[in-house]
Amino acid sequence: MDSLNNIFMPPQASTVAGDVDRLFHFIFYITLFFFILIVSLIVFFSIRYRRKKAGETTSGIAHNTALELLWTIIPAILVIIIFAWGFKAFIRMSIVPKDAIEIKVTAQRWMWKFDYPDGLTSINELVVPLGKPVKLLMSSTDVIHSFYVPGFRIKKDVLPNRYTIAWFEGTAEGTFDLYCAEYCGKGHSEMLGKVRVVPENDYRNWLATAAAADQSVPLEQLGSNLFVSRACNTCHSVTGARSVGPTFLGLFGHEVQLTDGGRIMADENYLRRSILEPQAQIVTGFQPVMPTYQGILSDREIDALIAYIKSLGKE
Amino acid sequence: MENANKINYLNHPRGIISWLTTLDHKRIGILYLATVMFSFLLGGVFALLIRIKLVVPGEFLMSAEAYNRVFTLHGAIMIFLFIIPSIPATLGNFALPMMIGARDVAFPRLNLASWYIYVAGAVFAVYSMVHGGADTGWTFYTPYSTMTTSSVISMTLGAFILGFSSIFTGINFIVTIHKLRAPGLTWFKLPLFVWALYATAIIQILATPVLGITLLLLILERAFSIGVFNPALGGDPVLYQHFFWFYSHPAVYIMILPAMGIVSELISVFSHKKIFGYKAIAFSSFGIAFISFLVWGHHMFTSGQSDLASMIFSFLTFLVAIPSGIKVFNWLATLYKGSISFETPMLYGLSFLFLFTIGGLTGMFLGALATDVHLHDTYFIVAHFHYVMFGGTVMAFFGGLHYWWPKIWGKMYNKTWAVIAWIFTFVGFNITFFTQFILGSRGMPRRYYSYPAKYEGLHEISTAGSIILGVGMLIMAIYLISSLFRGKPAPANPWNALTLEWQTESPPPAANFAVTPTVTHGFYDYDKITANPKNES
Repeated sequence: MDSLNNIFMPPQASTVAGDVDRLFHFIFYITLFFFILIVSLIVFFSIRYRRKKAGETTSGIAHNTALELLWTIIPAILVIIIFAWGFKAFIRMSIVPKDAIEIKVTAQRWMWKFDYPDGLTSINELVVPLGKPVKLLMSSTDVIHSFYVPGFRIKKDVLPNRYTIAWFEGTAEGTFDLYCAEYCGKGHSEMLGKVRVVPENDYRNWLATAAAADQSVPLEQLGSNLFVSRACNTCHSVTGARSVGPTFLGLFGHEVQLTDGGRIMADENYLRRSILEPQAQIVTGFQPVMPTYQGILSDREIDALIAYIKSLGKE
Repeated sequence: MENANKINYLNHPRGIISWLTTLDHKRIGILYLATVMFSFLLGGVFALLIRIKLVVPGEFLMSAEAYNRVFTLHGAIMIFLFIIPSIPATLGNFALPMMIGARDVAFPRLNLASWYIYVAGAVFAVYSMVHGGADTGWTFYTPYSTMTTSSVISMTLGAFILGFSSIFTGINFIVTIHKLRAPGLTWFKLPLFVWALYATAIIQILATPVLGITLLLLILERAFSIGVFNPALGGDPVLYQHFFWFYSHPAVYIMILPAMGIVSELISVFSHKKIFGYKAIAFSSFGIAFISFLVWGHHMFTSGQSDLASMIFSFLTFLVAIPSGIKVFNWLATLYKGSISFETPMLYGLSFLFLFTIGGLTGMFLGALATDVHLHDTYFIVAHFHYVMFGGTVMAFFGGLHYWWPKIWGKMYNKTWAVIAWIFTFVGFNITFFTQFILGSRGMPRRYYSYPAKYEGLHEISTAGSIILGVGMLIMAIYLISSLFRGKPAPANPWNALTLEWQTESPPPAANFAVTPTVTHGFYDYDKITANPKNES
């Protein structure tokens, strides 16, 4: 059983994974039985009844009521058992325990954002306590995505116009792959995250230090940290190099040329609007592809990023 | 050489215009065959490009944007331009009227029109391709498809137009089967391939309009910002999935039912034995066709649809397994005490039995709710539907093509090369796609341009298999085409089959039969009628 699991399934890491795998094994052995039966008969008949000479006569049997009932009823019973088992395990996977920690998941091309109960957020890394149920309240800001952690055997689509809910309880410490399983465009296969399952104390400590870090760090330093942790650096450089978006070096305090023909001074309000409404004022020569950071960054974090960009504008 | 001088449907009248304006169902079948095989070549090239890219994770061979277009084109071309018309419009068009002793289909002009509509649909798809192509996947899921800048409108318009060609073929077959059967050919004497085409035609007529309407709504939303599916305009993206699968699940049976029909013929003819459970096979086609309309929600277990809906769809999905299983057992029972010869068509018929069994049994993992959650949208699904579509439909199509090839062209192909090509195809296919079951259950999501390094080994094996498969296809193309020029003349009935198309010459005269045949014996009565040695030329 274990060796079968090693071939087909990633290691079990949630409370429902064992249920799913037991059903997987049950179906595996049933289908294996029928596969061997059918293939053996094909091979046996092919050898036993191969044509030895032209013009052989064959039997005219075309019915056998008992046999026909047998191969209708036995499969019917088996598929109903598989259906019922699958449904029962599915319902267990759907009912969220009452004491679950609720984390808001926001999917957007091409990143995952997690909002924890006490206001902290993280990008592409979900940290959860071991042995505690976690409820995920999920929505998307653009197209459909799907939250998939193979180690937990859970998958749920993340939709732009409604909330969907998934839950899991980690049973093993470690870091597990999070994939986007619904095709969402160019960065679909890069929309990867990690779920880190840690002992409850470590989870508390992580929440506390991560939150404190934000409050105690000076704005400019915090902005420099956010530039990396919020993935601004994917598209913006601080070296003057051209990337998907304009560089931040020497940006602040200078006029920029917009695609609508106007020119605008890159001041605090321009930067704030560009972070929150990135499609509003597009700089000439660049595509309107930046996602909005509305709801992702707190006011203090926006202040921090502006302070950081300001520090790069002095030249 | 005697054949070459005879007047038949191929050599009279002559000239390209006579082909492009032909009303002969056999010639229209060949027009379809040429265009459908060209689409298959195109879709196959895209498939190989996908597999070669996936040898390594990360940037290789093409960009992510190009990759997304390539897998979309592979899917859309294979589904809409190849598999759906493959069996009914080519082999069905050619064989069905002859199998029921008719001179043509009921509406020959509609038949020709359906081919021109197919070509028009294909032109839109090609237009979309040269204008950058669509990058939505063949499923065109909203809101992605209403937001992307790629050329979605021409691609969906192509699929919309192709739908009509499918509907026309369906209508034609139903009326032909009802009205043009030869004297003495009662319903329960019909060949099982004809029953299968009838069940298929019902789905084509009832389900295809829903796809047409859905794609039209999608086009309207993109072109005029009418909010139907895009939440930004007040629409609902999951509604699109319901509409789409309401067609596209039955469409799976548009693809597989005719294949099952061919396999029923092949197993009986090459076992030289009465088909076991004739009525069970005929009725199970209709059982499958009916239930196929009620299972679309099994594509949406993780979409956020209600758990109650998922439960009902899961239950109905398992019901489809039963008639499919009945067919497999009937084919097995037909082999029992037969006189089995392993001609090329039979090799594909037995391959179908083997591969479709794997495709069907792996469906059990996907119909069950709890396991589907893990396997949905992974390579497990990709492997499953390739086992059903390629391992099932395409293998049966090849079986049918090799079965009717002597009748279509009056020429035999080289049987040695045919066996070599079959070995490459069968082995290559299994290496390519069995690997993908394991990739999928280990969590590899589909439609990924890149992937974590742990999946690299299995991807390499899969790609190696696809090259072997490609070589098999190449060999088949070569010996089939060369048989047209160098093949030995085919006798009227090379397989000693009892259905009516073998009672006329190879290739048949334009009117199919010199005299309208009267049906006096059953088409599967191999126990009563011994092989007719006069047929051996």
